[in-house]
Amino acid sequence: MAEWFQDNGLLLGLALLDGLSSAGLIFLVAVGLNLVFGVLRIINVAHGSLYAIGAYTAASIGLFLSTRGLPQWAALPVLLLSAALVGAVLGPLIERFILRRIYAGEEVVQLLVTFALFMILEDVQKLLWGVQPIHHDAALKLLGTIDVPFGSDFIPFTNYQLFVLPGFAIVTLIGLAWFLRRTLTGRVIVAVTTDREAATAMGIDAAKVFLLTFTFGAMLAALGGALSSPTAALVPGIGAQTIVLSFAVVATAGLGQIEGAALTSLMMGLGRSIAVYFEPELEVVVPYIIMVLVLLVRPQGLFGVIETRRV
Amino acid sequence: MTATLTRREALAAGFGTVLLPATLSAQPAQRPAEFRIGVTTFLSGPASVFGVPSRRACEMLIEQINAAGGLAGVPVRAIFVDEGPGTDHLVGEIRRLVQAEGVHAVFQSISSGSCLACTPLSRELNKVMLLWDCGTQRIFEENRYDYAFRTQGYATPEVLAPLLYLLRKKPDIRTLAVVNQDYAWGRDSWEIWKTAMDALKPGVRVVAEMFPRFGSTDFSTEITRLLALRPDVVYSTSWGGELVTFIRQATERRLHERTTFVLPVAEASLQILGRNMPEGHIIGARGDHWNNHPAPANPELFRSFVSAYRQRFNEYPIYPCHHMAQAVWALKAAVEKAVATKSGGWPSDAELAAAFRGLTFPTPTSTITLREDGQGLEDQIVGMSHIDPNFGFAVPREMMRYSAAQVSAPVGQKSVDWLKTLTPAMVQQAGTAL
Repeated sequence: MAEWFQDNGLLLGLALLDGLSSAGLIFLVAVGLNLVFGVLRIINVAHGSLYAIGAYTAASIGLFLSTRGLPQWAALPVLLLSAALVGAVLGPLIERFILRRIYAGEEVVQLLVTFALFMILEDVQKLLWGVQPIHHDAALKLLGTIDVPFGSDFIPFTNYQLFVLPGFAIVTLIGLAWFLRRTLTGRVIVAVTTDREAATAMGIDAAKVFLLTFTFGAMLAALGGALSSPTAALVPGIGAQTIVLSFAVVATAGLGQIEGAALTSLMMGLGRSIAVYFEPELEVVVPYIIMVLVLLVRPQGLFGVIETRRV
Repeated sequence: MTATLTRREALAAGFGTVLLPATLSAQPAQRPAEFRIGVTTFLSGPASVFGVPSRRACEMLIEQINAAGGLAGVPVRAIFVDEGPGTDHLVGEIRRLVQAEGVHAVFQSISSGSCLACTPLSRELNKVMLLWDCGTQRIFEENRYDYAFRTQGYATPEVLAPLLYLLRKKPDIRTLAVVNQDYAWGRDSWEIWKTAMDALKPGVRVVAEMFPRFGSTDFSTEITRLLALRPDVVYSTSWGGELVTFIRQATERRLHERTTFVLPVAEASLQILGRNMPEGHIIGARGDHWNNHPAPANPELFRSFVSAYRQRFNEYPIYPCHHMAQAVWALKAAVEKAVATKSGGWPSDAELAAAFRGLTFPTPTSTITLREDGQGLEDQIVGMSHIDPNFGFAVPREMMRYSAAQVSAPVGQKSVDWLKTLTPAMVQQAGTAL
């Protein structure tokens, strides 16, 4: 074992750096889905579309402003503003006019409706942005690269990958934990997540909480997309790819568990990157192996609690 | 009430069932009011980066053909079907196109999986099927079809030509890594490359074989590993958004300064990459139809196709547009040949299919011949990426043309078996500089 670490320790170090960045992005998307799932009890397949629209909007605004002589430093705030814009516009619209009508419906109806919404939004993306890849990497270029020592060699990493993505994930985790536990609105959301009936009976306006939570979840999905846009080419279908992994995170983490989502994202991000170095054939399945193993031991998820069945 | 058949009636019914279709098909075909083509292409999902431009090219060319009087005087109409929902859906759609829409020919498909699943329908439905873009070598190496033809090259020459070019330009390579998409094309094209490389330059060490998830948007881990390994060559047949993302992430971290990329399918992504595509790397186009082709066979037709497409869609045509055009031109040539053979009469499905076998049809850059197994022989042009200010994106220079006959497996041989028989001498013998 010691010999293996001696031979592969440096590679493992690189894998950890890659895994942190990957985990940051996975967390940002999955945490919004987990929050929405926890409060609204709806499996929102359209979460992937909000991610994609966030990415496309950020790239489009960035491209538009760069032709208008936008200073380079503004590239990063543009990403955040795009996410806020997408969440603030689409979140209330979707919750008010679509989801509100199906809260009382069966789970299969909810799944079908959000899947239909996902398909519609996929076509909207094609209508607005076409099918050719779009990219805008001003934020990536702005921050440049850093050379990480690797034995007698060095490996260039982008500062965006190494610091911005994990940094945003950590800030989101801490901010969200603070918001949910230290503010009145956050505690109200937690109350609805824990026991919707009791919370409503005590006078909490569940409709408002649903609207707020979904809008917030939409913003987080769009933030994930916006932050991924400087590194990735945007094409039809990116939403579908993202949503599958996000569901794996939610299932593994446990219903509405923010810290669980963070830990699961970290496990999946690190697992995937370590696989790329040492067993590339397993890269695709590693997140799902982690999910299966966790659910075999804890069917309620890593941080989930077993709910008593009510009659 | 129970109906009973006598033995004589049963025999008559049986013979009728067997003989009637043959009798009907032997009737002289009537000139149709319109010639309907069923076209399968990706209109949704990641591969719509190929499918939508090819649909545009098809519509544009059909308009041009109709404006010039149609196919042997018959107007043409295309009916498009999305490959996106998958092969099961596509099989049903092709049946519907033939049986309900009454199409006279089918153009299918982009995905090799689609082609493998749907090409047998040509035999069942007795309908001409032109494989306009899919590349799998298995179609005509594992089966014989009377009604199916591929109007372009295929995976073996499209992979072998860039390998020959690499070994000609960089004969001293010692290490190589592969980063291909994890699906049939990514795996098959690697098998072709590896088999040919072992024959043409034995001893090249493969230091990494990576097949990221299809549709992946993050290659940073793969790139870190490649930066650490420093292979002489990174081979990738990835395409679309994934290739754009991979190249952008790789160049941002200066991987292109440590290795040579070999990208056989790069052409379709070069406009999108713009100046982000580094210079001095090997690029292919799945054919010879580069927009900066220095000596097209028919310069006027070449310019008119490219400029008409650019004027209408504000971008250069990419290789799926050229492949779609080849299918349209092949159909036009075959219909005219079949009509001429019948002295102006309209051909039956069988007679139209017969016109395709051995057909040589002109393209703007060269000519393509459909050999006896149905496979098209299309030349390959490979070159080094170079940012051309006239285009504003990378196009090839130091181009070499590999004639289709040189880089395709002979009829009756499987590609992998044939590739094993190649010798290092082929590197210097094959290809001519343009």
